[in-house]
Amino acid sequence: MTSVVRDRNIAAVSLATAHRSFSLRRVGAMVLRYIYLLRGSWPRVLELVYWPLVQMLLWGFITKFFMTNSSWVVQASGVLLGAMLLWDVLFRSQLGVSLSFMEEMWSRQLGYLFATPLRPIEHITAMLVLSLLRTLIGMVPASFLAILFYQYSIYSLGLPLLVFFVNLMVMGWAIGLFVSAIVLRFGLGAESMAWFLIFALAPFSGIYYPIAALPAWLHPLAWALPSSYVFEGMRAVMFEHVFRTDLLAAAAAINALYIAVGTGAYLYAFRLARERGLLLQVGE
Amino acid sequence: MQDSVIEVRGLTKRYGTVLAVDSIDFSVQRGSTTALLGGNGAGKTTTLAMLLGLLLPTSGSITIFGVDMLRHRHRVLPRMNFSSPYVDLPGRLTVREILTVYGHLYAVRNLKARIARIADELSISEFLDRQARTLSAGQKTRIALAKALLNEPELLLLDEPTASLDPDTGDWVRRYLLDYQRRTGATILLASHNMTEVERVCERVMILRAGRIVEEGTPAGLIERFGRATLEEVFLDVSRNRGGAETLSVRAAR
Repeated sequence: MTSVVRDRNIAAVSLATAHRSFSLRRVGAMVLRYIYLLRGSWPRVLELVYWPLVQMLLWGFITKFFMTNSSWVVQASGVLLGAMLLWDVLFRSQLGVSLSFMEEMWSRQLGYLFATPLRPIEHITAMLVLSLLRTLIGMVPASFLAILFYQYSIYSLGLPLLVFFVNLMVMGWAIGLFVSAIVLRFGLGAESMAWFLIFALAPFSGIYYPIAALPAWLHPLAWALPSSYVFEGMRAVMFEHVFRTDLLAAAAAINALYIAVGTGAYLYAFRLARERGLLLQVGE
Repeated sequence: MQDSVIEVRGLTKRYGTVLAVDSIDFSVQRGSTTALLGGNGAGKTTTLAMLLGLLLPTSGSITIFGVDMLRHRHRVLPRMNFSSPYVDLPGRLTVREILTVYGHLYAVRNLKARIARIADELSISEFLDRQARTLSAGQKTRIALAKALLNEPELLLLDEPTASLDPDTGDWVRRYLLDYQRRTGATILLASHNMTEVERVCERVMILRAGRIVEEGTPAGLIERFGRATLEEVFLDVSRNRGGAETLSVRAAR
């Protein structure tokens, strides 16, 4: 054992900055933590790209079949593949948040993390950044392979693609934060919500069919989901070559509400966890 | 006269009908090493969790370094650190990665040099690049200690620092903590079941039973007061409510 004379210059913490109300360094530390995790676990990276690729192949063949059997698909050949890729943005975005959170539960280190100066809002920010990275890692290869295999480029949507992408990401973040709040409150027994909650919304989002195809009594539910506006907007671009700013505005407005609710739910669950001692007792 | 690093007044934690910590008052002096002793469920870990802000008290106040922890804990947390056998570090990360992440969270300057130094001090250099999940219990304890010392905390909270360690490693950890305390003047508050450890390391002891501090003093003073040979015998007397182990509040009321 080496006896070392204390050197304040080397070891000292930067106290002037350590307790700042929001620190990009702490957000970066949490992002780095997840990057290290991905770097050291190839099954996790494989999982990120595997499902988007499988989905893309599946819907590519379905598109090929419908091209000779459906006049609707013939009008815009990429409508199914585009919808599938955008749906996966929403799914990956949600999963990116909730899985990043559950990694901390699985590793049982919430007690250590929140005994540091890390603030919940910084943790949330890190999870959102990670969600974006995970979504891009999963979706970009699938989108390029769709060009290679089926000659369909989702990038042909142009600037509206960015708008659709941002709206679906934000909706996914909101749901991911809500799921994380539930897992924090009820333990890892509730982790399956990360997988099934988003699929409960799929039938009402009009991913592969117009909202008009739903029964009238379901329309209010469908129009309460930002995803419905995005998929309607996508079809407007593809079939009518029109970018519907009204749909964009509605999606953005609802998303603003949802992300506020998701963040509030997470912060409330965090407060509850501190009241009930759950940060030291994570598990089922 | 020494100044207090920790001041706790009327600290209470209630879970429904269960009173985990019952209106305790204590202070911890700067540069001292103090132990919280008590059986399972006595309230030691609950008290430490409230000091860290991981658990909100039902009532009472906590002041650390003169700052109200319940309102401004983020001002104080950079100057503290903590280790517990009930919390893990991410097993898929290497030791170096873990220390890098926590170093950034604590805003440690010259982090690479600090990690190299702490690794040297704690003899963990050889497994800095191994995943934490591949390490033995003793090695993991040293990693948790490295994490806890990374920011050179002025206040170190340790929950059972030598739990599940073999006697040799436990002895090594105790010697290291004493050395760290001597070198830095840090304040250490530890919760333990290990009476030998407490006798050796701590200048002051607080014994908890059913959420209340029922005895406190120096290890030698308690042994003398109870007419026992060891702190363990004192602890057993207090736990079984024998030998005049009335609560401090009862004694104070007389």
